[in-house]
Order: sequence, then C-alpha cells, then structure tokens
Amino acid sequence: MPKHHKTPVVVADPPRLAVRKTYKLFIGGKFPRSESGRTSLLDGDNVALASRKDGRDAVVAARAAQPKWAGVTAYNRGQVLYRVAEMIEARRAEFTALGVEPAEVDAAIDRWVWYAGWSDKIAQVVGGVNPVAGPFFNISAPEPTGVVGVVAPPSLLGLVSVLAPAIVTGNTVVLIASKAQVAITLAEVLATSDVPGGVVNILTGRAAEIAPWLASHDDVNALDLTGVDDAGLAIELERSAAGTLKRVLRRPVGGADFAADPGLRPMTALLETKTVWHPKGF
Amino acid sequence: MTVTASSSLSGLPDSTAHLRTFLHGLPGVDKVGVEARAAALGTRSVKTTAKARAIDLAIRMVDLTTLEGADTPGKVRALSAKALRPDPADPSCPSVAAICVYPAMVPVAASVLAGSGVHLASVATAFPSGQAPLEVKIADTQDAVAGGADEIDMVISRGAFLSGDYTHVFNEIVEIKHACGPAHLKVILETGELGTYDNVRRASWLAMLAGADFIKTSTGKVPVAATLPVTLVMLEAVRDFRAVSGRQVGVKPAGGIRTTKDAIKYLVLINETVGDDWLDPDWFRFGASSLLNDLLMQRTKLATGHYAGPDYFTLD
Amino acid sequence: MFDYAPAPESRSIVDLAPSYGLFIDGAFGEGKDTFKTINPATEEVLTEVALAGPADVDRAVAAANRAYRKWSALPGAERAKYLFRIARIIQERARELAVLETLDNGKPIKESRDVDLPLVAAHFFYYAGWADKLQYAGFGPDPRPIGVAGQVIPWNFPLLMLAWKIAPALATGNTVVLKPAETTPLSALFFADVCRQADLPPGVVNIVTGAGETGRYLVEHPDVHKVAFTGSTEVGRQIARSVAGTGKTVTLELGGKAANIVFDDAPIDQAVEGIVNGIFFNQGHVCCAGSRLLVQESIAEELLSSLKRRMATLRVGDPLDKNTDVGAINSAAQLARITELSVIGAAEGAERWSPACELPDRGFWFAPTIFTGVTQAHRIAREEIFGPVLSVLTFRTPAEAIEKANNTPYGLSAGIWSDKGSRILAVADQLRAGVVWANTFNKFDPTSPFGGYKESGYGREGGRHGLEAYLA
Repeated sequence: MPKHHKTPVVVADPPRLAVRKTYKLFIGGKFPRSESGRTSLLDGDNVALASRKDGRDAVVAARAAQPKWAGVTAYNRGQVLYRVAEMIEARRAEFTALGVEPAEVDAAIDRWVWYAGWSDKIAQVVGGVNPVAGPFFNISAPEPTGVVGVVAPPSLLGLVSVLAPAIVTGNTVVLIASKAQVAITLAEVLATSDVPGGVVNILTGRAAEIAPWLASHDDVNALDLTGVDDAGLAIELERSAAGTLKRVLRRPVGGADFAADPGLRPMTALLETKTVWHPKGF
Repeated sequence: MTVTASSSLSGLPDSTAHLRTFLHGLPGVDKVGVEARAAALGTRSVKTTAKARAIDLAIRMVDLTTLEGADTPGKVRALSAKALRPDPADPSCPSVAAICVYPAMVPVAASVLAGSGVHLASVATAFPSGQAPLEVKIADTQDAVAGGADEIDMVISRGAFLSGDYTHVFNEIVEIKHACGPAHLKVILETGELGTYDNVRRASWLAMLAGADFIKTSTGKVPVAATLPVTLVMLEAVRDFRAVSGRQVGVKPAGGIRTTKDAIKYLVLINETVGDDWLDPDWFRFGASSLLNDLLMQRTKLATGHYAGPDYFTLD
Repeated sequence: MFDYAPAPESRSIVDLAPSYGLFIDGAFGEGKDTFKTINPATEEVLTEVALAGPADVDRAVAAANRAYRKWSALPGAERAKYLFRIARIIQERARELAVLETLDNGKPIKESRDVDLPLVAAHFFYYAGWADKLQYAGFGPDPRPIGVAGQVIPWNFPLLMLAWKIAPALATGNTVVLKPAETTPLSALFFADVCRQADLPPGVVNIVTGAGETGRYLVEHPDVHKVAFTGSTEVGRQIARSVAGTGKTVTLELGGKAANIVFDDAPIDQAVEGIVNGIFFNQGHVCCAGSRLLVQESIAEELLSSLKRRMATLRVGDPLDKNTDVGAINSAAQLARITELSVIGAAEGAERWSPACELPDRGFWFAPTIFTGVTQAHRIAREEIFGPVLSVLTFRTPAEAIEKANNTPYGLSAGIWSDKGSRILAVADQLRAGVVWANTFNKFDPTSPFGGYKESGYGREGGRHGLEAYLA
C-alpha cells in the first residue's frame, strides 16, 4: 500500500445529467436519421428533418410490409392494435411531459381501442353476400387499398385518429408529422408493441416539402390530407394524386373535430371492395 | 381390356385398373357454365330455308320408338309403315332413321322394314333397369340380333357405375358388343340417374372405351330424360374421344324431345360443338315418338304457308 | 356446317325522328349546333342530335338545381314509385330500346336484347326499392343527397351505363345532368321520353348530347356537386385533377386489362366459353374484358386449339341478325385504335391468329383475334385495346399467375378457372381487382358492386355500395 495518498475531499453529489432523447425518423421499424443529415430545432430539440429521399425509403418499407400485414388474421391485427393502446397507457407520462393534456391522452387511448375492435368487424359491416339473380355465389369484401400517405394533424388525438383507421384495415402508412416529439413518442410505442416494422413509417418534417413526393409517387395508393393546413397545398396534392388515381381523403371542411364519432368513413375511404362470383351447381 | 396400342399411347387407359384414374382425371364440367352455353345456343334463330333443311334432317335422324308393355304386332306394323313413309301425302318426305322396339317385336318390325334402308333397333339387356344377370342380357341381345335388329340399345348398370365399379360396367359393354356381332351398339347412360355432369362425361368415356358405337342419354323411363346440356357434354365427349382415339362415336338423345323447336336446338348444338361430321343420321339420332308428327306439321306449314293441324297426320 | 338463314330483327319498331334536341327541364329543345349519329354496321346516318355548348349545359344544370329542391324533399316512397314506373316502362319498351341500341352502337341484338335491356330494367327496379330505405343502408341514420350529379357515360353499354348512373342518383334524391357518348346518344334520348311517360318532374333528369367538350364543361360546372364518370383512364385522370379543391365528390369507373387465369384443372369446355365471353362479348368493348389470357403452360396447347376451334364458330356480321355473336366496332376511331395496337402486337413478335370470317364491306369491323407468344413486355399485354383482341400468356405456378395478373396499373376485374376450391379462394384473395369471376366471366347484377382498384378508378356502382357515392 502506498504510503503517501491524498485524503479524499468530501463534496455533495452533483445533479445527475439527464440522458436526452434524440428524435429521429421511424422507417421500417428502425429509427434512422434523415439521409439528408438535416435537423430542425423544435421546442429545444434537434429533431430529424425528413427529406424526399426519406419519403422514398419509407414508401419502400411500407410497400414491403403491406402484403404480410394485410395477410395477418383480423383477430391478430386487433390484438396488435390493442397492445398499442396498452403501451400508450403505460407511457402516458411521456405524452403529458410533452404537453399533451391528460384528457387528450385518455381520448387517444380510447380511440385506439375503438379502432382495435374494428379489425374483425368492418368486413362484416361493409361486406356481405349479394343476392344476384342467378345461380351464383356472390360476395363483396373490403380489402386494404395498399400504401397510404398521410399528412397528420399535430395533436396526439388527431394523429391516432388518422393512423389507427389506416392500419386496422390492413394498409401500411407513410405519415408526415409536424409535431415530431409526440409523433416519435408514438413511434416508440409502436416499436415496442407488436406492430411489424414498415407498417407505420413516420417522417418528421414539412408537409409542403415531402407530401408532393408522396402524392406523385406511383407506388402510393391513397393520400390522407386531413392534416394539411394550407388550402393551396391540399389542391396541389389532390391534383398530383390524380396522376395514378390515388384515393384522396380531403381536409374536412371547417376543420376536423376529432372528439366526434369518426364513423366508418376513415376506414372505408382506405378500403377497396372486391366482389367475387362463383357458380353454384353439382 | 383391349385397346389399341396407338390409343394407349395417346393417353387412354391401357387396363381396367387404370379406368378410375383415367375417368376421374377428365376435366370437370361446370354445371352453370354448360347449362348457360346450351341455353345460349337454344336462342339461335333458324328460319325459312335453313329450317326446311333442318326439319328434313331431323326426320331422317328419328329413331321412331315404341317401348310399351301394351305394344302389339299391329301397333309395331303400323309404326314401321309410318317410319317408311312418314307423310303419305308427300312422297318427298324422307324416311326416319330407324324403328326402336322391344326384342319381342323385332321380327314384326323386320317383316315391314326388310330391304327398306330403315334401320331396326331393339332395346336389350334387361331394358330399362339393366338389373339382370349378364347371361340374360347376352341372350336378350343375341335374340334381338337374330330376329333382325341391326342396332342394339343397351342400358348400363347405373348401380355398378354409381358404386364406382367401372370395371363391371366396362366388361358388360364389351360382352354385349361382342354379342351384337355386326349390329351397332348404342349404350344408354341413363343420364337422369347419374346425378352430375361429371358423371355423364365419365360414363360417356367409359362406354366409348368399351366399344360403344353410339352413346345415348336415356331410356325414357325415368323422370329426367334427354336435355340440351347433357347432350352437349356427350357431344364434347365424342369430339374429344375422336381426337385421341381416331374413332367417331354417335350420340342419341332420347326422351322428352317432342317439338320441332326442340329438335332444331339439338341440331344447332351439333353444328356449333362437333360440326358437320355429326350432322348425319349415321352419327346422331333422336329417340322419340311424338316428335315425328310435330316435324311433319312444321314441314307442311313451311311448304303450304299455313299452320297444320294434327288431324291431318297419322297417329300410329 | 349448316347455314342459318338470315334472321334479322325488324327495325320498324324504332321510330327515329330526323333530329333530336337536348332534353332539359322536361322538354326537348333545340340545339344551335348538331352532329350526326351513324349506324356503325352500315355507316348510314341514323339521325341528327344537338351538340350542347356551355350555355346549354348551364341551362341543364340550372334546371337540375331548381328541380333538386322538390325532388330531394320528396318522401323516398314517392321517388321509389317514379323509379318503379321507369323500370316498368323500360320493360314494356325493351324490344324497341334493344333495337335502337343495336342500331346506334353496333352490338348484336342478341346481347342488347338478352343482356343490356334486362339489366337496365333490373337496375331501376333494384334502386327503386332503396329510395325509402336509405336510413338502413349503413351510411348513418339520416343520409342526405348531394345535389346535382353531372354524369358522363361511355358508348359501350349506352343505356346500361345510364341506368348505373341515374338509378342510384335518383333513388337517393339527387337530380341529374347526363351526357351520353358522342357516338351513341340515342338511347339516352329515348330514355328522356321514358321519363316523360313516367311523369318524372321536369329537371330531375336532363340529357345533354355532345362530345368531349360538352362532358368537360359539365363536370367542371361549379353548380354540379357530384361527378360520375365511366370511360378512359386518361379522361378519368383529368376529371380527378379538375375537381381538386372544389368539394365535388367523384366516382370513376375506368379502364382495365384483366387477366383471365386458366389452371390445368379447369373445367376446360366452360373455360373456353368463358374466355370467348370474356373478350368477344360486345366486340371486346368492355372495360372489364378478359383481355389477357394467362394459361398454365402444361395445358396451353390443348386449350388454344379448343379456343381456336370455338372461335371459328363465332358469327360476325349484321348486328340486327339474331344469330350474330360479334357485331360492329363502334366507330372508325375505335377501329383505328384496335388496328394500330394489333399491328404493333405483330410487329413486336406476337403471333396473330383469326378464324376465317367474311366481314361486311361497309361499316367498321374487326375479326376476333388472338395473339399468342405474348409476354408482359408487349404493349398488347399492357394497354387496353377495347376490342376483340386477346393476348395469350403462359405461367407455370399459381404464384407466377398472380404476379403476372397484378403486374398492371389497372385493377378492374380478373378471372380464375379451376376445379379446386381452395386454390380459387386463395388466388381470388391475392388478385388486386374489384371484380373476380371464378369459373365464370362478365356477369353483372344490380345487387353486385362493380368498380376498380388502382388506375381502374374508385367508387363502386351496384348494390348497397353504389348508394354511397350519392349520399352526403
């Protein structure tokens, strides 16, 4: 043992330095930075600022995930969505810490649960057997439209109100969010639930920059403009979407009321009806 | 089973052991589709000169039939006379193809028809049920041929067919064909008892593989006799059979065909399914009785321009 | 083959006036400009019809808006009775309308008589019954009409497309301005007369005849609230663009390039019929036509020889002859397009085959044609030909069939032929198409929703689903 050693100086514990969260994008189940390397300063955080190429990558991820997600049993899809609701509940403090009112978190969870239950009911409500005048079995059933580009409203309730109907119906989503912290916290919920990677892809950034690339993308099937706050942009996106005849959900006239009963429209707008005929005979 | 080497090369079964595999490997028949096709062909409009030709052809294809317990020599003689001269008032009216009677009546019919060119068909093989020992069926057949029949209409054992004993049915047909000697063999499938078009197609092939010269729909003794879609399935079978075996087989719908309109629908069916080669009394027959008078009435209407009445045609 | 003597349907049942005006606000008026409509089978001029300009469309839309107030407020049960009346009158005048349709369109009388007209009447009967039951249709407790529907329809099934458009619009309480196709305006004008016979209030149905410009003006009219269009994908795109930011709702029923998939276990004779019906029905002027035959390679040769044998029995010629299977091409322009794509098909190396058939000297005709040796890379496998031309491709496995079937921007219809239930259901599940016919093809029914995926359009016509487009 060395003879000469210093006597330790007793000082008070320093305040613990918090580990901050980095708000990145959510693509294909992973959290990458923007390929552009850009961030923007939002409420004190340097959040990733998505580019059109991130949009392109997100569409690839969404397309890759779509057939499998659509092929999951409706029961299973409902279970996965319910799990998401559980995880939002478990992380409610994270949302309130971001300034979301507790009542809105409640409403968002309840909305998510409501949609979770639709997974194995929507087909029965909007599909069925058609009594054709002939010896044929004729049945109509809803099927997902495919890959949906969503411009999301900023609020948590708005976000879940556009996201849940899109995925409960078997679509996959590329979602543009302006309020990065809330959206990416929701992405973390999704990543820790059982939602397969690529089913939901979240790009934080400017709708005006990214959405036109989704509207003109040949591999996007539908466009939800609920969260577009610029009338001119909405018209431009709808015109562009006409190029491949994408299904377009317009901005609600007079603004969206997310507290109201959403009805079936948010789901049916993203569903195709397939009608199958088959003869009946020995 | 005896089939030629060349036909076995073209995919036909080369032993009775393979019959089941073969028959069940035939393409299925979709009921709705075949009925829709037959109905669509039934809407063809055959008028004026085309109708006149069709009526004469139909008359020449009739197997004028009486198969009643009450048949007597007098009745059969009268019918045979009608077969020779269906319309005594019009010598241009052709004779029918054949008379079809029970074996006991064959000698009577033969005495009238001898040398006329009108064929003499006899049902045999324990008609209509087919439920008799093979020896009895063979004797029945030999009797009819010996009495002057040059065509034999046999029935298959539907019970054996439906129980899946294809070999039994096959062998019976082979034996009866042998017993026929030079007489032509028509094999009655009794399609009204087979239940499905798939079975009609299989029974058609089974009969053809066993040597049938004709395949025939019905005995006329069960509720459902000839129909257009059943006949369509059988026509497709003879067409496909000729394509692989090189041998042409005739088709005879029987029972329930009563009007000229009906008969013309069958001719249209042949015309648009198997074509010219079957539009001939050697390859297509109508098993019928009352049909002939309707054909004659329509023929007269076309010739005279006014509608004919039944009192002006013989009832035999 | 025994020849059927000519069996022409009498055209005396149709009484054509020398000219027709526009039907606006319950009355036929005059049009400033006119154009001729011809019989495509003979090129004979049938009559002259008015060419509606912007002012005419304005008047029609105004009439429809005026009529809307009362019509939309009418109890559903009363609207239903008007529609039932219309359905009955159509049934009673079915022969006349069938002959008219055949004269103006060129389709065989067999089809206008046995397919078009029965479906037209059935469609009105079906939607008549909905008019007083809308609150039970699943679109909320108090579904409301939208307003004035601007409807533009094609020339391939003129009266049937009119029925698909007008019946649900009226049942739900909307009023209508409809523009029939330039080459087939007559049955819509006769339908106007049916409306008059039914005492339908003036302005509820208005018919404006004209060409593409008339249609464009109608769908872009600011006082039209709902647009329904059936026609080409290209025009559909323009319409989708034009309504952006307007608040108009739109349904589009556009083109197709349907795969008709034949597996090796298919009921082969019915499959051949289905292929023929799929592509030669209505001269192939069918958006959902089975224009791409995908046949399993193991049976391709056998199937093709059956198909050719069957095609040789198709009777091409006088559309009014009751025995005609394939009638006239609707217009010189359409004939030119079919001819052009067929020339390209041959130039690209596909093998072209048609049965020997004598085509009439006058009129627009195209023999039933198949191309074999076609690959996905050929233009005739990708572009809608809208004529009696079939492209034949082969596949090896179900997965390959599905992949090829879906490899198109279109998604209107598809066909599957197989005797194996589980295969049919699995393939039907994976086809991206709005209508899948399994072991049948080209079947339609008013209760059965019809419409496409992808670039074949959006919205459904027929059935309960067909109401949605006309309810707010």
